Formats: sequence, C-alpha cells, structure tokens
Amino acid sequence: MEKKMQKLKHLSWRLGFGPRTKSWDKWTALPEANWWPKMKDDAAVKPEYFDVADSAVKGLLMGLGELGKMERRELDQADKKRLREQSRDDLRNLNLLWLEEMTHSKAQLREKIALFWHGHFASRNINILYQQQLLQVIRENALGNFGDMLRAVSKSAAMIAFLNNQQNKKQHPNENFAREVMELFTMGRGNYKETDIKEAARAFTGWSFKLNGDFVFRPFDHDKESKTLLGKSGAFDGDDVLDILLEKRQTATYIAQKMYRFLVNDTLIPEERIKWLGDRFYDSGYQIMRLLDDIVRSEWFYAPENMGNRIKSPVEHWIGIRRVLPLELEDPEVQLKLQRALDHILFYPPNVAGWPGGKAWIDSSSLMLRMRIPQLIVDRGDLDVQTKDDDDQQMGMQNKNQARLLAADIDWQPVLKQFSAVRSNELSKSMSEYLWQTGTTPPAAILEKYTDNSSPEDLIKTTMIRLMATPEYQLC
Amino acid sequence: MLIKRRDFLKTGSLATASLFMPQFLKAVEGRQVLAPKGKVLVMLQLNGGNDGLNTVIPVRNDIYYKERRRIAVPRETTLSLGTEAGLHPTLTALKEAYDAGEMAVLNSVGYPNPDRSHFRSMDIWQSASAASEYWQTGWIGRYLDAQCAGRPSAALEIDDTLSLALKGAQSKGMALKDPKRLYESAHSKYFVDYAAAHATDPHDTAPVAYLYKTMAETLSSADYIYQQSRLKPASTTYPATGLGKQLKTIASLILADTDTSVYYVSLGSFDTHINQEGQQKRLFQEMNDALAAFIKELKANGKWQDVLLTTFSEFGRRVAQNASGGTDHGTANNMILMGGGLREKGLLNPLPDLSDLESGDLKYKVDFRQVYATLLDRWLQADAGQILGGTFEPMQFL
Repeated sequence: MEKKMQKLKHLSWRLGFGPRTKSWDKWTALPEANWWPKMKDDAAVKPEYFDVADSAVKGLLMGLGELGKMERRELDQADKKRLREQSRDDLRNLNLLWLEEMTHSKAQLREKIALFWHGHFASRNINILYQQQLLQVIRENALGNFGDMLRAVSKSAAMIAFLNNQQNKKQHPNENFAREVMELFTMGRGNYKETDIKEAARAFTGWSFKLNGDFVFRPFDHDKESKTLLGKSGAFDGDDVLDILLEKRQTATYIAQKMYRFLVNDTLIPEERIKWLGDRFYDSGYQIMRLLDDIVRSEWFYAPENMGNRIKSPVEHWIGIRRVLPLELEDPEVQLKLQRALDHILFYPPNVAGWPGGKAWIDSSSLMLRMRIPQLIVDRGDLDVQTKDDDDQQMGMQNKNQARLLAADIDWQPVLKQFSAVRSNELSKSMSEYLWQTGTTPPAAILEKYTDNSSPEDLIKTTMIRLMATPEYQLC
Repeated sequence: MLIKRRDFLKTGSLATASLFMPQFLKAVEGRQVLAPKGKVLVMLQLNGGNDGLNTVIPVRNDIYYKERRRIAVPRETTLSLGTEAGLHPTLTALKEAYDAGEMAVLNSVGYPNPDRSHFRSMDIWQSASAASEYWQTGWIGRYLDAQCAGRPSAALEIDDTLSLALKGAQSKGMALKDPKRLYESAHSKYFVDYAAAHATDPHDTAPVAYLYKTMAETLSSADYIYQQSRLKPASTTYPATGLGKQLKTIASLILADTDTSVYYVSLGSFDTHINQEGQQKRLFQEMNDALAAFIKELKANGKWQDVLLTTFSEFGRRVAQNASGGTDHGTANNMILMGGGLREKGLLNPLPDLSDLESGDLKYKVDFRQVYATLLDRWLQADAGQILGGTFEPMQFL
C-alpha cells in the first residue's frame, strides 16, 4: 500500500507538481493502470492563451496606433519607453498567471512539460507580447511534435530577437541563432563543426519578425547561394536547416537524454536506455507523447534508484507546497520575490542554456530559505531577503515596492481531513509518507519535541510544517 | 550532562561548543584556521557597467574631450596618476593608495567577441567562460571545488543571495549580509537538532546526502562566522552606507583570521545611460569612503599586506557620450587593484587607444581570464589552468 502510494506520488511529482490534497483521495482510489491515462486525459485540452499584454502595448505593436506610425512601422523613443514600462508590469502578471495554472490546472502534465521546454527554449525578452506568444507556442506544443515546436519557436519574435537573428543578414551574418539552435535546441555540443554553424547562419539570413510578432522572411537580406552543412549541400534556407537537424538521430537522442534527466534521474543515465528512447522518439517522427509514454511505462521509471532523489526546482517546490496546503496569498507578487531569492525567475533564465538544475539549486542561503518557507507562511513572515539587482532586470520581476510578506490564508481543512483518523503516535510517519519521497522515517523524538500537541489539529498542522522544513522535502 | 544545547549556543565559544558538537558538525569543525600569512582576495563588482573612461581619465587625450563635451572630467579636477592619467576627483582613497604605491590600474581588460548585454557579459565574467560558451559554475566556485571542498566559509559573498561566481560543481561559497542575521536565521533549534539526528556518510553523493551536508556546513559555518565576527570588532568608523557596512563585516572577519580566502561584494548600479555625472559621483563617493575606512583599518592592524582588492565591471562604456548626458554599453574596461602586496604599481599598461576603436568601443588588450589566472596562481596558490579550463598567461603585478 505504501509502495503504491509512493509510486503515485512519484508520478504526480515527476509529471506534474505533486499531490493536491483536495483531490488526493480520488487519485488513490484509482487502480494503478489508470493513473497515467488519466494524467494524459486531463491534459488533452488546448491551453487557454494567457493574454496579459495591455491594450496600449498591443496598440503600439499591432498597428492600432496612429496611422503615421503604422506606415513607418517604427517606434520612437517615447513609444519604446512606454512599451518597456508597460511590458514590465504585464510580464509580472504573465509569471503569476502561469504559477496559478501550475497550481490549479488539471492539465498538470502539460504545464510540467511546458516548464521543461521553457528552460530548453530559454529566452529573455523585455517585450510582453513576444513573451506571451512564445509561452503559448510552448504550452500548445509541449506534448505535441518536437519538430513543430522547434520550427514555431525558431520563428517566434521572442527567440529571433533574443538570438539576434534580425541582425543576421547576407552582408553581415550573425551566427548567434545558428549556434544555439545546434548546441542547445537540437544536437548538443560536439556533433557539428564551426563551419556548420557558419553555413547554417547563412541559411537563416533574412529571418525576422514584424512589430506585432509575426514572422517575416526578408528576401533581400537572405543569402541565396549554396551552403554546405552536416554533409549536405544546397541553396538552403532556415526551414531546410531545421529539417536537416531533425533528420539527425542525434537530435532525438539529445532531447531524450535531456528529458530523461528532467523526469527520471539527472546523474545515473544509462547510455543504452537513452539510445532506446532516442531511437523510438526519432522513429515516431518526434512525437513527444511517445517519449513520455516510453519513460513512464518503462520498468525502470519506478525503480528505487529513480525515486526521491531529484532536487525540486524552486518553482516546483513552491507550487508543490501550494498544492499540498491550499493557500490564498494576500499579495501574490511576493512569489516574484521568492523566485528571485531562489534564482528561478520564470521568463528570466540565467542565459540561453536555461537553468542548470539539480545541485545547482542548492547553496547555503537557498537551502535555508527553502526550509524556512513553510514556517514563514504560518507566521505571515517577512521574506527579508535582499535580492540582487541587475540592470536588465528592470525587465519586470523587480518591483520598487516589492511585496515581501508571505501572508496567506491557509485552508487547513483538506489536510486536517486527510489525517484526522491517524493516531497521534503514527502521525509523523504517516504524514512523511505523503510529503516525502525519500522513503525514510522522520526522527520521532525530534518531531515530538518541536510540534504542538495541545490539540489534534495543532499536532497535524505543526507536524506538517516541520516535515516540510527538512532536506527530505526538497526532493521528489 | 545538564547543559542544554540551546544554552551554550547562546553563550558558548567555539571551543566549548565543540565538546558538545554532534559528530557531523565536528567533522566540519575540524577546520584549519588560516595561517596568519594566508592571502585574502576581495572582489568588488561594479554592477551595471562602470564607465572606466571617467574613472581613470586620459587627461591628455583630445579625442576623449571631443567625444565627451558634456560629461568629460576636466583635467584640473582629476587626481593625478602621472602625466597622462587622472582619477575621478571623488576617489581620494585610491589616490592615497596610489601615492603609497599600493594601487594599480590595468587598462583595456575584456574578452574576444564582447557581449553588450548586462546579464550575458556578467555571466561571462562570473563563470570565466568564453563568449561562445555557457558555463554553469563560477570561477571562484571552481576554486572551491579544487581547493576548499567542504568549507563554504572559504568564499563569502556579503549579500543575501549567492552569485554564480561562487558556485562550483560540488562546493559553493556562502552568502551572508550580516553574520548575526545569518546565525539567527540558520540557527533555529529545530534545524540544529534535526541535522544532528541525521548520520551522514561524507562519501555519499546522493542528493539527500548533499542536502544534509550543505545544511550541516551552513549551521556550522554560521556559528563559526558569527563567533569570528565578534572576536575583533572593527574599530574604525565606517560610513553608514551599504558598502560601508559590507566592508566593515569583511574587515572584522579578516582581523579575526577567519579561514576565508575570497570575499565578494558588489556596488551599483553604474548603468549610467542618463545624467551620468551625478549617479557615478554618488556611487564613487560611497565606494571611496568605504574603501578609505577599510584600508585604514587593515593597515592599522598589519593586514594590508595580505589583502588584495580588485574591482571589475561586466563591461565599460562607449567612448562617445550619448544625447542624454550619459554613456551606452561598451566593451573593454579598466580594473583597479589595491593592496599592500602588489608587486607592480600605477598604470600597468598603456591607457586605451581612443583612435583605434571597434564600432565606437575600446578594443581589449588583456583577457580578464589572465587577471583571474594571476589572482589564482600567485595570490591564492591555486591551479589556475584547471580552474579556468585553459592556459592564460599570468601577469606580473603579483
């Protein structure tokens, strides 16, 4: 029984954001064979478009502004300033809206895998319209076809701007996009030569975007001559290069490996397993769901060495808390501060390689803060952390009057209900089986010393907070 | 044994505390107090891209005055560094160090294919990667990996969160704004008891063991650093500014012979696109006054010989001023080195050639990784080649 529960939690943590107390009994009542199909069913709806861009931004970018500007299709300094400032506010809302979706959506699978792609196709961009467009591409394709997503991302304004492809012109090729598409998005380092990058950059010349974010091909900037890359020659354009990259089995292997590290184990990575996954992914024509199916249905997905050993990212950790312990934040913007303090700000990856993950999440200060969060919520505590300013970061997540009070209304009812029948001397063990994935038992004497047993309810509440304030709770 | 743990934690010195220390903490406690001759590096990061041309001013250069009609610093107001160069008038402490032969300027430091984005260029400076590569560890972090495993207090950032520069693959430095606050927040009795109840195997590399190790090291280092910070409280008066407080903390830890080799601290923002003069002056005033107190204190206590302070910024700024009385993002920049142990003083290399620019920006002459290699090799006695992942010729200033 415990074993079954650990497996269900494993699935809900790795392919979602962990158990949701309010609906946990529905899941535990299901036979094991139905879990994964239900997760897929729950995610089989088209995601709602997060449209947070202010109408003023859209006016500026989508040509609803003054006629004169539309014709010039250029923004003057004042417009740019307005755009930056409004984008900043809107980007905060996009961030918060996505967190709500991760917390409450039934489509846990989609949002979790979208978070993976958000790190894979890492892009920073001040422009809210381009950011929300890219997020939509990622959320719509998260479980679809990798090739489609690669093409759509490569043609998004957010990525073209971030990797400077609008400056990639026949006369002055800019290799940034060509390099990253090979190194980070498809094959990985060591599978191509510098000349392949140079040639690919020539093929991508002329790829640009309109003010409203639509892709545009500028024939006058495009190098029409023949290119030779990865053993092929022809008058390739950008689409041809993406096709060539997708034809390489290495692309499927690279993606399979990265997904395996995200979902299964980021240190023990058996080569033959990755090859098997990669080959089947490739043969499916890059169907992401096939890759996920192969991983989840494998005999090793629930192997002991793959359970309870993954360090949650700060966003997973935080959303996990909110799902276990329903809470209404007085000022949701405090979540931005939390992301900053723990170095995991959505839409603000450290660089184009995305977030490194694993042990990189943990240093002295981040670990202590993560372990203090549960108590801070109960205490309406002050998140008294001075986060670093950096000068791009006026990009939005930094707010002058930054919210920092972790004040929330906690809805304890679902938790109390779930544990009301457990005897007090078994509570910490039983609760750890719900909250932890390490399969270990909490030190009873210490829990006893630091919990409040003046009433059964207090005992449940304090035990829960204590068990979340542990190294074990950092893992899933 | 009737003494309760929380009682001695309040009052006990490290020596008595260690008697009661659980095994896991003892392992960490077995630290070697840094030999008195141990060298200390202080990295002062100037966030936002400090305008190096208005820091060390080329006072005989017509191009400089022509390109910066509004914001150039007049020669007669600068603090002379010889015939060709002068310091920004606010930087009197630096001038004093220069006169004492304890300050050096390295001009035109940068890297090939410079990136003008703040975050990317800072990423490059902190990781010490090439512009074409993305590294996920920092250069000081890799120094910790190589030399100071299990001793997070070997590199301290005086701030609330830890920069990439101090993150290694296995070891990481520690961030603390204030030793007392770190001690109080880390030292909840629950955490201490909880960590003590867990037996760790130092050779276990599983994530849970890593978390327990980090927790134990944090608790133990928080104790240690707090005790150290109270041993020899700073005696000089420091300005009540952010940097003033940070350098005061660093000084008190240095005076107590704390086993820290690298301190990391930042000041900003130097991103002066608009009305540069006032902004830069204000920041320089803060920097100057804090440094003046810091140097005075270290000298009075015979420590200045063992301390090297280095400034850097993610990039310099465009040679020409912009239309808003400011400057835009540039490339190569100067670094300032200060300390009693410098082997070379003054201008270490020629001032930037303003007639030989690349798209309006300075060309780099010294790769910043050569500077890091020098600091690692000659100051911290570390294997620079291994840490930087390549051979960078060390320089002669140390």
